[in-house]
Amino acid sequence: MKNWKRAMSITAAAAMAVSAFALPVQAADEAFKIGSIGPMTGAQAVYGNTVMNSIQIAVDEINEAGGINGFQVEFNPQDDEHDAEKSVNAYNTLKDWGMDLLLGTVTSAPCIAVEAEAANDNMFLLTPSATAVESIFGENAFRVCFADPAQGTASAKYIGENKLAEKVAVIYDSSDVYSAGIYGAFQAEAQNQPFEIVAAEAFTADSKTDFSVQLQKAKDAGADMVFIPFYYNEIALVLKQASDMGFAPKWFGVDGMDGILSLEGFDTSLAEGVTLLTPFSATAKDEKTQSFVNKYKEQFGEVPNQFGADAYDGMYILKAALEQAEATPDMDTSELCDLMKAAMQEITYDGITGHGITWGADGEPVKDPIVAVIKDGAYELL
Amino acid sequence: MSILSYLINGISLGSVYAIIALGYTMVYGIAKMLNFAHGDVIMVGGYVALTVMMNSGAHPVIAVLAAIVVCTVLGVVIERVAYRPLRNAASPLAVLITAIGVSYLLQNVVLLIFGSSPKSFQSVITLPDLKLAGGSLVITAETIVTIVSCIVIMVCLLTFINKSKPGQAMLAVAEDKGAAQLMGINVNRTIALTFAIGSGLAAVAGVLLCSSYPSLSPYTGSMPGIKAFVAAVFGGIGSIPGALIGGILLGVIEILGKAYISSQLADAIVFAVLIVVLLVKPTGLFGKNIQEKV
Amino acid sequence: MKKNVKDNIITYGLVFVFFAVVQTMLSTGKLSSLFKGLLIPICVYVILAISLNLVVGISGELSLGHAGFMCVGGFASAFFSKCMAEAIPSSGIRFTLAILIGAAAAAVFGVLIGIPVLRLRGDYLAIVTLAFGEIIKNVINIFYVGKDSKGLHISLKDQFSMGMEPTGKMIINGPQGITGTPKDSTFLIGIILIIITLIIVQNLINSRDGRAIMAIRDNRIAAESIGINITKYKLMAFTVSAALAGMGGALYSHNLATLQASKFNFNTSILVLVFVVLGGIGNIRGSMIAAVVLTLLPELLRGLSDYRMLFYAIVLIVMMLLNWAPKAIEWRESLVQKIFKKNGKEA
Repeated sequence: MKNWKRAMSITAAAAMAVSAFALPVQAADEAFKIGSIGPMTGAQAVYGNTVMNSIQIAVDEINEAGGINGFQVEFNPQDDEHDAEKSVNAYNTLKDWGMDLLLGTVTSAPCIAVEAEAANDNMFLLTPSATAVESIFGENAFRVCFADPAQGTASAKYIGENKLAEKVAVIYDSSDVYSAGIYGAFQAEAQNQPFEIVAAEAFTADSKTDFSVQLQKAKDAGADMVFIPFYYNEIALVLKQASDMGFAPKWFGVDGMDGILSLEGFDTSLAEGVTLLTPFSATAKDEKTQSFVNKYKEQFGEVPNQFGADAYDGMYILKAALEQAEATPDMDTSELCDLMKAAMQEITYDGITGHGITWGADGEPVKDPIVAVIKDGAYELL
Repeated sequence: MSILSYLINGISLGSVYAIIALGYTMVYGIAKMLNFAHGDVIMVGGYVALTVMMNSGAHPVIAVLAAIVVCTVLGVVIERVAYRPLRNAASPLAVLITAIGVSYLLQNVVLLIFGSSPKSFQSVITLPDLKLAGGSLVITAETIVTIVSCIVIMVCLLTFINKSKPGQAMLAVAEDKGAAQLMGINVNRTIALTFAIGSGLAAVAGVLLCSSYPSLSPYTGSMPGIKAFVAAVFGGIGSIPGALIGGILLGVIEILGKAYISSQLADAIVFAVLIVVLLVKPTGLFGKNIQEKV
Repeated sequence: MKKNVKDNIITYGLVFVFFAVVQTMLSTGKLSSLFKGLLIPICVYVILAISLNLVVGISGELSLGHAGFMCVGGFASAFFSKCMAEAIPSSGIRFTLAILIGAAAAAVFGVLIGIPVLRLRGDYLAIVTLAFGEIIKNVINIFYVGKDSKGLHISLKDQFSMGMEPTGKMIINGPQGITGTPKDSTFLIGIILIIITLIIVQNLINSRDGRAIMAIRDNRIAAESIGINITKYKLMAFTVSAALAGMGGALYSHNLATLQASKFNFNTSILVLVFVVLGGIGNIRGSMIAAVVLTLLPELLRGLSDYRMLFYAIVLIVMMLLNWAPKAIEWRESLVQKIFKKNGKEA
């Protein structure tokens, strides 16, 4: 029996090792190979899946319209389970596949790890949705969405300048990079603004079902506005629990809130009058947005949120930059990266997450935040 | 006033932990295994109820019954396929790891079927909330129903185990499998029955969890599952009244810790209290102290 | 030759063969990027599997908080490296010190946690180790440490309340943890650490202390009655295991540009436990092989895209059943007998 076990385990290990050893044979480059990395399983899977679906839609559209510079686009999504280590594995898998450009990763912390590897390889990286400042640390990295401090500061300024509130309470996820990052910047900017933070209460990924204490504290502190920089799934719970306890302040959210109106089964009347900073509105009337939203609904049966919009735009931004750089797929990745770095700073992009977006050498997008208020179950842009 | 409302909130959170812990402790008490897939059976229950309500517009009671049936079958199948072959394995850890495998399996099957988008669950409870002290204290209908169900389930379980024949068989199996078999008890059937009941309870817990906190994703069950495990240990694992008390205490501690110490450290506080309790009473609040012999 | 000496030689031999094969492949450039990237994680998980096997297999206590020690080791060493990046430019000396600091910090936690925990038994002990793992994660998650011209600033609340100068640099940034740790881990260092771990654990097992630890596992009361100090030996195993896990954590943290406390949750502890149980409780070599197999498996299943994790779960369950179910073992034995009989006839 021991022999059997030993033989089995060693064979298994050896077989695996050999198949991983094997350096894949790469076909001649006839298409732009674009990879993306994001959580497609695990608790954050919803964000990764939305991004991958949206990129796929953009890729299909581009290929149908004749590709980029006359070349087709191949797209390869990889799962990282929202784990930095797995994310680097996914990045290496994509490298073996012959990736030319990386449109990812989706979440902040894994992006930091992948960005370090990509900077080392001089691989061009455009993240649709990783918001941490360090996610685009190197010169090779750019992003579509706003960074955390930008959103926190913009929110505080907006509340202050429009005198929306005098006493603001904050509820945030202290175990989440995104939420804690926005809160940090919000708090710093609040010092310069004519309102006061009367309560700052945290929750964590391990206890994000019950918000009664945080709401009670905000209520007891006399807050007339609650700032909620986290994702729509938890916001739905917060709004319901606040309504149960009869607490009705003004609410102010950031881009993570987008998606709440299309949450299956959510009573949208709870979100009536909520203000949020969002780059994207699925109900916007322009042609591009409508075409994207309709295609997404048709193929995946859901309304996409800002993650999807950023990713969809990300693919078109890559296209614009590739065209600007007059790049071809046979260039090696480092050469391509240098061309793309220059091209990104030359292009001006109009898409579904903003108009006239430009990039600086730091990789941050320059665009105006859009403020929306929810009215009758739809965004009304301010 | 706020302390009262914190207490009420703690009890409502705790009642959800308690109802999950009841299933946990029941399976542990009889089969002597930590069923880490219990939290995921709860999640499956939630999805079944949601699907029935969404697609056929059936009455919530029918949805709950459907969830109970599906989960009961699921529990029995899991036990038969994944746990029973390992019952006599050389180490009890083998079945623990398999349970974790089952937990991953359930999460990923649901992920493939229902997708990763969270769903907002419509509460199955349509009763009005209870408002006290001029509306400043609110006890939601979900809380009341959950607590009442907890107590009803606890009484039923205790009566079933202590008074009925299959219940007595369960006690015998829990005490000594070999001896029980010699006494003519069908051990396999008794343990399967335990899983059936435990999983049926999980369905009820799933529906009540999602009614109180209306958000459902393939990973909804895992954290409440761990918290309920903690609650079950807190009360003395294997003890049915212990699970109820443990769950409610856990909820109250979590809420009070958040309210008066630090909202960032709420999880750490819960676990710290657990450690202190176990150091003072090494077998939980209601656990049996087993004398060891050489 | 004594059986355990022979056994040890096979184990070390496997490590050397693995190292030699990988090195040859590396120098001939035949290795895929994926596998190159996996080398250090494999070393980390092998070290963790060995160290947890010391507690679960040799000392016989179920620990569900092993990732907590890895977390302490990882953060302590990465913190040191970040602070000393300018003071000690030589990465060799700095990383050696960092590993030692990681191991020492984890060992201190091992003692602190071990003293109260080891009074408990069985599942209660397991849940308390789980609780400690979660507490460590939760506390580090809200830890903010920054450095400016005035020195270190520490806060348990947020970045803002540290009152740092605007030019100051964050070292530990709450949930974002430590970013930009120098990438000092190499495959060679990983293999050296595996060998060190093996030497420590194998020597402990085959020493007088190790036999005392196993005596306690097999029968606590009998061991106590012949004068074995239960607390001392259990604590010894627990602390050594914690220190080794801390070492693994140090290797882990110097491999990635980011280190977050949320990585070291219950699931990571469980993953390491899976290595130990699948490889055979108390079987050091088995747990090493299981660590390699289960680290490679999800990566090799990438071709299945959406069905990847589903398949992983099924493979895990099937492997557990095949390895542990008494019926499966019986069936395997009969199969082996049949095959050997056939071979015998042919020869």
